[in-house]
Amino acid sequence: MKPTFHPLGDRALVVEFSEEVDVAANDHVIALGASFQATPVSGVTEVVPTYRSLQILYDPIQLRGAALEAEIRSRLTSIELTERPARRWRVPVAYGGEIGLDLEELAEMKGMTTAELIELHSSAEYRVFMIGFAPGFAYLGGVPKALHTPRLPQPRQAIPAGAIGLGGQQASINSVPGPSGWRFLGWTPWRAFDPNRPRPFLFEAGDRVKFMPVSIEEAREIAKRIAAGEDIARPDDTP
Amino acid sequence: MTLEVISTGPMLSIQDQGRSGLRHFGVSAAGPMDAPSLALANALCGNSTTAAGLEFAGVGGRFRADHPIHFAVTGGDCEIKVGDRLRPTRECHRLEPGEDLQIGFLRGATWGYLAIAGGIDVPEVLNARATHLRFGLGGHEGRVLKAGDRLPLGPPPEEQTCLRALPSMSGSSHRDGPIRIVLGPQDGYFSDYVKARLTEEAFTITPKRDRMATVLEGPPLPAERGHDIVSDGTIAGAIQVPGSGQPMVLMAEAQTTGGYPKIATVISSDLPRLAQMVTGTQFRFAVVDRDAAEEIAIEEAARLDRMLRNLAVKADRVLSSDYLLSCDLIGGFSCPEQITGDD
Repeated sequence: MKPTFHPLGDRALVVEFSEEVDVAANDHVIALGASFQATPVSGVTEVVPTYRSLQILYDPIQLRGAALEAEIRSRLTSIELTERPARRWRVPVAYGGEIGLDLEELAEMKGMTTAELIELHSSAEYRVFMIGFAPGFAYLGGVPKALHTPRLPQPRQAIPAGAIGLGGQQASINSVPGPSGWRFLGWTPWRAFDPNRPRPFLFEAGDRVKFMPVSIEEAREIAKRIAAGEDIARPDDTP
Repeated sequence: MTLEVISTGPMLSIQDQGRSGLRHFGVSAAGPMDAPSLALANALCGNSTTAAGLEFAGVGGRFRADHPIHFAVTGGDCEIKVGDRLRPTRECHRLEPGEDLQIGFLRGATWGYLAIAGGIDVPEVLNARATHLRFGLGGHEGRVLKAGDRLPLGPPPEEQTCLRALPSMSGSSHRDGPIRIVLGPQDGYFSDYVKARLTEEAFTITPKRDRMATVLEGPPLPAERGHDIVSDGTIAGAIQVPGSGQPMVLMAEAQTTGGYPKIATVISSDLPRLAQMVTGTQFRFAVVDRDAAEEIAIEEAARLDRMLRNLAVKADRVLSSDYLLSCDLIGGFSCPEQITGDD
């Protein structure tokens, strides 16, 4: 897959693999990003994977954009794409209730029972295409076609952190409270973002996510343990 | 040591250089809208460039300290009073405990900076003290400051230097020219005809502006390939064009990814100048290529560095008896205001 290069001013370069949401492009983005972690380049200050391109921030005093492009071209010839071990998360979700306020309406729209909808939503494996929009906000792809849903015409003002959403062909785990035009099916007691934790952000681009239905009582119990400082939101053991 | 906010305008926040390295977790840098001005304010009172100061929009406010402090105000011209004595911007002054420091309205600028020797010593959040207002991170409780807030101050430098910038000194060599841009990354979404409008016609700074973005008014910029892209990375300075065709320039606190095509990006050296333009200012864009923009960034960084290293020590006047006494009590004082007893 051959990328195109696009300057984003004098301090950032966009390495674009596709204009569309594309798993292969996202694999390339993540692999190229990982190569900067494994073999850093002096002058590169940040590397940001997105759906379809890698954004690379640099300090022009140390590294010029043209030299960075040459470095990436040579890297791309040697990048390993095969079988990168991805972190896998099983995220507990209490479906419905106050936060999953769209569950019943959505089931009705789709001609399913709420149980069928929960089964469909929690049986898919999602990919974290990128983190963006807000601290720790995970954009998930891999939503089953039957669950693709247009966004609301009017965003709602106060969606809490932990809300589990659907917007268009994407799914989300909301990381901070705020307005949103997505539809919400449930709530996870996990905190995708907590600035006071040693690891403030749970997810990163390339992770895989499955949702695990739990009762509201179980979810509240998990929330209590997390609030007490227990480090229980962890990925499955990776191979 | 604390600094108390007695009164202030609607937009006073703690800022340092901002957060780096967290964009891939969805956290943009925040930090100052005009970084060279905060760097100057810090340098004037002997702080390191990483110290946190206060950023205000439009009007400063009234402040009081519980210990003698040294401070400097930069960003634009404004009336500064220590007690009832007027003090110039762009130099270091002393404020005694109980005295009021008043900072009035900026003239011909939008963002002002108040640095205090020792810096504002709030705890770091995600490796910076900068306030990220949108997500309530850092600074003082993650929010704009209001009357009654008390801010902890760091220990002042051991040798308090008291400096001033000469009127001829400027952080930028390009104060009045067009705002320079590099085309892309989505300039291919726009016809040549529309791209030409970008530089041939004037744009105006509208009142729709904050620390996230500045909306411009000017000729419409319709994207022939549409105004929706699959979200990709953004940066401060990127010029997004939503469906309205009215461009917005992303600023310090912009979200890290966005779904509007970005026709061009303001070069990093000209972004502070754009941020400082008062609402209603008309200006033009001029296209430069990336290589030229990088050369400018390198030159401007060297220029700012030279300026910060060549600040003038405030002139000695008659030695005061207070100063002579203080020599026996405190070693290493080199602030002329101590010497002259003028402040």
